[in-house]
Amino acid sequence: MSAAPETAGGVIHDEAAYKRGLRLRTWRGTAWQNFFLLAIVAGIAALIALGFTVVNDAFGYVIATYETPAAELAPNGDLNGLSNAELAQILTEHTPSRLAVYIRDYLYSGDPAEFAKLPMSQALPGATLLPGAENRTVRELNDEQQAAILGDNLSQPVLVTIVEDNVVGESIYQTFSLTESLVNRAGIEAELASAPEGATLSFRSWVSLDFLLSPPSANPATTGARVALLGSLWVTALTILIAFPIGVGAAIYLEEYAAPTRFNRFIEINIRNLAGVPSIVYGILGLAVFVRALATFTGGRSILSAALTMSLLILPVVIINAQEAIRAVPLSLREASYGVGATKWQTIWRVVLRSATPGILTGVILAISRAIGETAPLLLVGASTFIVSDPSGLLSKFTVLPIQIYNYTARPQQPWRDAAAAAILVLLLVLLLFNATAIIMRQRARRRLSA
Amino acid sequence: MSITREAGPAWAIELNKLTVYYNDKLAVRDVDLKIERQKITAFIGPSGCGKSTVLRSINRMNDLIPGARVTGRVMYSGKNLYDTDIDAVEVRRHIGMVFQKPNPFPKSIFDNVAYGPRLLGIRDGKTLKQIVEQSLRASFLWDEVKDDLKKSGLALSGGQQQRLCIARAIAVQPDVILMDEPCSALDPIATQAIEELMLELVRQYTIIIVTHNMQQAQRVADYTAFFNIRKEQETAGNERRWGLLAEHGATEQIFNAPKLEETERYISGEFG
Amino acid sequence: MSSRTLDLVSPGAQLRPRPMIRRLRPTETIMRAVLLACGVVSIATTIGIVLVLGLESLAFFREVPLTDFLFSTTWQPRLGQFGIWPLLSATLMTTTFALLVSVPLGLAAAIYLSEYAHPRTRATLKPVLELLAGIPTVVYGFFALTFMTPLLQAIFGPQVQVYNTFSAGLVMGIMILPTIASMSEDALNAVPRALREASYGLGATRFETIAKVVVPAAFSGLVAAFLIGMARAVGETMIVALAAGAGPNMTLNPFEPAQTITGYIASISGGDISYDSLDYQSIFALGLFLFLFTLVLNLVSQWISRRFREVYQ
Repeated sequence: MSAAPETAGGVIHDEAAYKRGLRLRTWRGTAWQNFFLLAIVAGIAALIALGFTVVNDAFGYVIATYETPAAELAPNGDLNGLSNAELAQILTEHTPSRLAVYIRDYLYSGDPAEFAKLPMSQALPGATLLPGAENRTVRELNDEQQAAILGDNLSQPVLVTIVEDNVVGESIYQTFSLTESLVNRAGIEAELASAPEGATLSFRSWVSLDFLLSPPSANPATTGARVALLGSLWVTALTILIAFPIGVGAAIYLEEYAAPTRFNRFIEINIRNLAGVPSIVYGILGLAVFVRALATFTGGRSILSAALTMSLLILPVVIINAQEAIRAVPLSLREASYGVGATKWQTIWRVVLRSATPGILTGVILAISRAIGETAPLLLVGASTFIVSDPSGLLSKFTVLPIQIYNYTARPQQPWRDAAAAAILVLLLVLLLFNATAIIMRQRARRRLSA
Repeated sequence: MSITREAGPAWAIELNKLTVYYNDKLAVRDVDLKIERQKITAFIGPSGCGKSTVLRSINRMNDLIPGARVTGRVMYSGKNLYDTDIDAVEVRRHIGMVFQKPNPFPKSIFDNVAYGPRLLGIRDGKTLKQIVEQSLRASFLWDEVKDDLKKSGLALSGGQQQRLCIARAIAVQPDVILMDEPCSALDPIATQAIEELMLELVRQYTIIIVTHNMQQAQRVADYTAFFNIRKEQETAGNERRWGLLAEHGATEQIFNAPKLEETERYISGEFG
Repeated sequence: MSSRTLDLVSPGAQLRPRPMIRRLRPTETIMRAVLLACGVVSIATTIGIVLVLGLESLAFFREVPLTDFLFSTTWQPRLGQFGIWPLLSATLMTTTFALLVSVPLGLAAAIYLSEYAHPRTRATLKPVLELLAGIPTVVYGFFALTFMTPLLQAIFGPQVQVYNTFSAGLVMGIMILPTIASMSEDALNAVPRALREASYGLGATRFETIAKVVVPAAFSGLVAAFLIGMARAVGETMIVALAAGAGPNMTLNPFEPAQTITGYIASISGGDISYDSLDYQSIFALGLFLFLFTLVLNLVSQWISRRFREVYQ
């Protein structure tokens, strides 16, 4: 029996219809809930696919050919165990005619056409030269003298790379992805049979200690991430040094000093908008200002220019995050400090900053992580050139890991893609290490506060 | 299984050993209470005594709070509303609710009232108009808004907003209306309007109201349930508190001749 | 601050409290100035961007009429033709694909996290999604080229070329997804609980409450998220530089290569370009275009979300 009150139309009290409708509504709700969950699953699937793609390319079988197997040059084929003199000796024995070319490519930095005409002391200012070699051009030196210049002036890892590229001459004939390597061994053996004579099949981890420590080369088999990794570390460290104090300073100003005047509101809005400016626009700014207009101070396409550009790029993020952290410090703490007669700056320095440190660090981690992976602005600031020597100072030329990944990925041959995958793993590892360190630092700051 | 409304001598709602936990914390314990049909029952008691918790358990609003757990039974039309085969959505269509703070949707007045009927599948414009008008008339709001049904519900005054919320609740023709301190955010004049409205509505609906205002309970309620707090020293300095139903009866009796001393003390304003 | 002069002659002078004289505190003044300078760096940056882009663009537009730049459909720097449309159409295509992926998925993920997920589930799922935001864009470029493009080729056949705007757009959508999801979640969370309860109290299901109350109430916040996502997509460089194609191409075919605005800027700067050429100046004109385009999107987004906050205070 129904207790329906007399109201508009009996429509609502058609219980059977209501029940049918409710079933449909419930069903529709479940369907949509599944769709919402699916979106999350899709995101996670994309993450997994991304990780898989990188790992899939970074490991797998490789069919390679050699001109002179490393085992014939060094015990166990370990070139890294050889001294500079021994490496120079190998170069002299196997490629005497190319010694001058190595000097030009790895030591000389002027116009290539002029190189052969210059005396050594002018071509290689500051280099260690055997007595008597200073005033001769490269053509006037014998093999031993040329080899001595290489052995005395190049680092051991660079010499190893030269030997690997020119003497060992490993050439990747074909590479296989990790899945192929695991699933299709028979097919890989068949490919080996059709490869040129002397080709060897080996399982290769593209990311390795050797990859980490070798300078880049024109051969994907011997290239390495060393110079790019050091470049990334230099640029990142310098960016932190510049952006951290300025960013936190600006945040303190805006939170503690700035009265709500038009000017200060403008700064505030301006920062929010800068955070949304595409990174490549910062690259254009860096190119015009730091690389060109201020070239006298920054040395043009240098680490310093890159770090300055990166600093401007991440400043808004640092400021916004630091502001939030400072805002979270309770007013009662400030009042307690003023109450015992502290000045404004004393209060900020000893009370506000101390308790905002964990929050500020979190924000800076986020910002710096972005800087480590950022590529586009550095393309413009000029990190793209092929560089074999380690960065040595603020004004040296450089490259960074993301740029190296870009260069390798942009090449169509599979071995370069595999090297790119290896470089990606190195980059992700750096990001992971950086975040882990920063999180530990934050934890420590937090513990110090609560202690 | 679903709910079919039953009339007759039975109680509108029967609470049976109703106990509510939030996570592991006991909120209210062993409430046994019968609510009479087409009467107003007021829940009174000090803050933290669980009266709102009990109210929200009646139409399973507590389901929405993570960690809330209900044991015992809420009987309605011969069904325990906490049986596993009962859909909370259906429960709330029979047992409507009006909240402490007026909470109109940021939509037009018309759309606010038509929200519930539309959920029930009513699309026909004429029927909707009819339901909206009747509901607004029944909540004494029609004359004030009839020319302005497209205006946002948020543009009304606080008292009007609460009457809009009541109109919205009765538009789905519920059987029972739960009111959780419906006047606490309103001024005295708006409060009076709502009280008059309740006395009108009770001719058709069963109403349960949570109130902090004892005069209000005396003015409108036929029955009053007094909830109180029990404390227990667990360990030194660690106290366990929960709510329970202390006394229940006709409003007249509760206010003039309470059986318990604690009721008397609460009513005379000695604590709480 | 006023200070009363002290009567030094009277005998009890030394016992009286010292007058309140405002002491000069040099540290305070210096620190204030230093901090203000830090704040001003951001303004200098903006001025720098506007000046650099403006001046070089001015030089560019002296050679290339603005009307040609905005309305011509050929971008051939070697022939002196600088019509932005081939680049802009590619940018709009990749952006559209990115938004087609990231808006529905991001909104759905946000709804799940804010309305359905148990707090514990949410605490695990959210950081996983945020990992996507922490991955460098160049890695997404690698992903587009070595995973998405072969996948598309497997699905749509050989008409899908090695470089194409579709693949770049889809992967960009994955990249933007966490941004949109997180901003949308904030917007949904800002909808007062009371509105949800009102809807449930009327016998609405969870989905009905979301679709008819929560999402409409959060709408302006969601639009703000959409605009920010769009600005990110328009300005994204590395994915398109690697996967979208290396030459301007006036096409609407998503499987064909086409260079975007950012892709062109990246490709030009890779080589050794003469600083006085029109090519070089063109990247400033394009940069200015990008800057203004994203600035408008950001300003509108901020304006909308400020209004949105005012509604629910």
